[in-house]
Amino acid sequence: MELRDDHPSLKQPTAAATAVPRSRPAGTLQRARRLQAWGLVLPTLAVLAAVAGWPLARTVFFSLTDARLSALGERRFVGLANYLGETGVLADPQWWASVGNTLLFTACSVTLETLLGLGVALLLNQRSRLRTALRAAVLVPWAIPTVVSAKMWSWMLHDPFGVINTFLVASGLVAEPLAWTADPGLSFVTIVLVDVWKTTPFMALLTLAALQMVPRDIYEAAQVDGVPPWRVFVHLTLPLIMPALQVAMVFRALDALRVFDVIYVMTANSRATRSMSVYVREQLIDFQKIGAGSAAATLLFLTIAVITLAWLMATRSRLRELE
Amino acid sequence: MHPTVRASALAVTLGLASLGAQAVTLKISCGAVGLEFQLCKEETDAWAQKTGHEVQVINAPNDSNERLALYQQILGSGSDKIDIYQIDVVWPGLLASHLVDLRPYTRGAEKEHFPAIIANNTVGERLLAMPWFTDAGLLFYRKDLLEKYKVAPPTTWDALAAAAKKIQDAERAAGNTRMWGFVWQGRAYEGLSCNATEWLASFGGGAVVEANGKVSVNNANAVKALQTAAGWVGTITPKAVLNYAEEDSRGVFQSGNAVFLRNWPYVWALAHKPDSQIAGKVGVMPLPAGGTGSAGGRSAATLGGWQLSVSKYSKNPAIAADLVNYLVGAAVQKDRAIKASYNPTLPALYKDPDIVKANPFMAELGSTFAAAVSRPSTVTAGQYNQVSNLFWNAVHEVISGKTPAARAVADLDRQLNKLAPAEKWN
Repeated sequence: MELRDDHPSLKQPTAAATAVPRSRPAGTLQRARRLQAWGLVLPTLAVLAAVAGWPLARTVFFSLTDARLSALGERRFVGLANYLGETGVLADPQWWASVGNTLLFTACSVTLETLLGLGVALLLNQRSRLRTALRAAVLVPWAIPTVVSAKMWSWMLHDPFGVINTFLVASGLVAEPLAWTADPGLSFVTIVLVDVWKTTPFMALLTLAALQMVPRDIYEAAQVDGVPPWRVFVHLTLPLIMPALQVAMVFRALDALRVFDVIYVMTANSRATRSMSVYVREQLIDFQKIGAGSAAATLLFLTIAVITLAWLMATRSRLRELE
Repeated sequence: MHPTVRASALAVTLGLASLGAQAVTLKISCGAVGLEFQLCKEETDAWAQKTGHEVQVINAPNDSNERLALYQQILGSGSDKIDIYQIDVVWPGLLASHLVDLRPYTRGAEKEHFPAIIANNTVGERLLAMPWFTDAGLLFYRKDLLEKYKVAPPTTWDALAAAAKKIQDAERAAGNTRMWGFVWQGRAYEGLSCNATEWLASFGGGAVVEANGKVSVNNANAVKALQTAAGWVGTITPKAVLNYAEEDSRGVFQSGNAVFLRNWPYVWALAHKPDSQIAGKVGVMPLPAGGTGSAGGRSAATLGGWQLSVSKYSKNPAIAADLVNYLVGAAVQKDRAIKASYNPTLPALYKDPDIVKANPFMAELGSTFAAAVSRPSTVTAGQYNQVSNLFWNAVHEVISGKTPAARAVADLDRQLNKLAPAEKWN
């Protein structure tokens, strides 16, 4: 139970009550504190409203019009036609294909990088003189801007000139160079792998931070009791780092749902790998359809919001069970 | 205001403008395919030295649809960041509202250029762009390999496929394991629309959208054309071509790993540079015809080419137009033709002995350039980008083996008709 200074039990002349000067009743102080809190939060709220609220509201507004990029001023209000109309986003099979791509991409990449990140974190958590150096080295892929790393991988995976195909062919694993970014059966896998390469360090570091918070004595107790390492991991380590791991996964999932750069750099507008963000950009910029593009952007925002809320609710109830 | 006062005010303004003109910095956006960027820098530097102005050259993306998207973003925001834009032959209609009418500045120079291109660049009486160079798709081939295996330069797609297969297999057996028969541009982008326009036209499969606005793509010849192209992928063409743009395909050809290459004329100059591995071994000819004679097959090349326009938002449109006039003039076009094989847009230059000596094909293939097929940009106007996007995506699905050609063109037909109900484009 929270203790507040206006609680009836505190109205008795206790230490807390006497601390309040007689000339200023408890309510005034509370109001002053509340005002102070608002004063501190207000600048943040103003900045948020300016950089997030206003663009979002404008996007929603444009999604209800037929505005075009070439003539933004000449727009008519069209209601929900951009969403539900015959040529609306929801009736476009390409939109649903990009939704499918995005969800599949998110599921694959977040799962893989969580598992790999956990593995790397467990290795880094071993006491070793190299640990500090390794921790810095692991961060390198995360520190490279995505556009640069995607372009770098494009060259490494290039079909006649790339180093990876050269190795594969030289070692006899494949008969002829693989078209990593061109073959529709391979390009999706390629993009997931490049994304996993880039974001595993992020997961590894967050997981490592959680691992280092686990008290040592429970491991000692487990050792004394002769518990096998696998059971220690499943019943002690995993539950204790789970909250941190889940937060990290939410972060990554949010990032993955709006994936754009890695896909756009490696395979441009190819339908085989088009994500929701790539679809939005195509409508907005390539087709100049600000109305339809804004509708798609709003739907992307709603999709991410719904998935995040569902995820938070699911994990919260599970966390309660754990407690 | 009294007339004389107005006149003197005008004089003062003009005086100020010319004073200001001495320190003007212009920004021009040039392409960077092949030697483009380097040449653009040299030419604008020469103009800057002559006039005392400063010119900054801005590098634009190589994929033309990427470049268009960037330009639309910059122009859409009314930005004066770029004064002069290098624009594709299919864009004047799309960008019309952002460009300056150049007619007051050209002093009639447009009459010396190909009338068809000037007509293309004129939207409702306004001359929005001056032609800089013109392009048409060509077939480059390895003269040495064709002679070695006693194969005649192919005039039909079937002959090309047979020749490519024969030479590719023989070269691979001889230890040249990276050899491929035929490379072109198959990435899902504007370049694929150019390639596929040639296939369709060569088989008599129409121009996707005809000049009267009718969608024509759903026909048996178009299906045949796309099936033929899909048949190359994995046999004479590497699968990676599905992600190749111009420079990727030139890379494969110029490193000696392909027998045939479909590309634009700029490849000629680069293939003959002293450091090229295939210098002296390259021939060039019109693209093959579809079918075999009776089926209405012909050789078809897509019309390409680039123009220079001045942005409406430029602070110095007159000075910018002066630079445009200089760049599209005979002296610069001749220099570009000799150094980098950019086809002049001035008919008079095709008789210039220096140009003919550097680029024998320009005179020989005159009919190819004259009969080049246009993409449906005039009729679809503001929607061209959407049309082209649907087209290249449909083609990409066929050549990557995901959709049969007949279904792809039927779907495309439906989508295009949805875009322009009752054949009305805007």
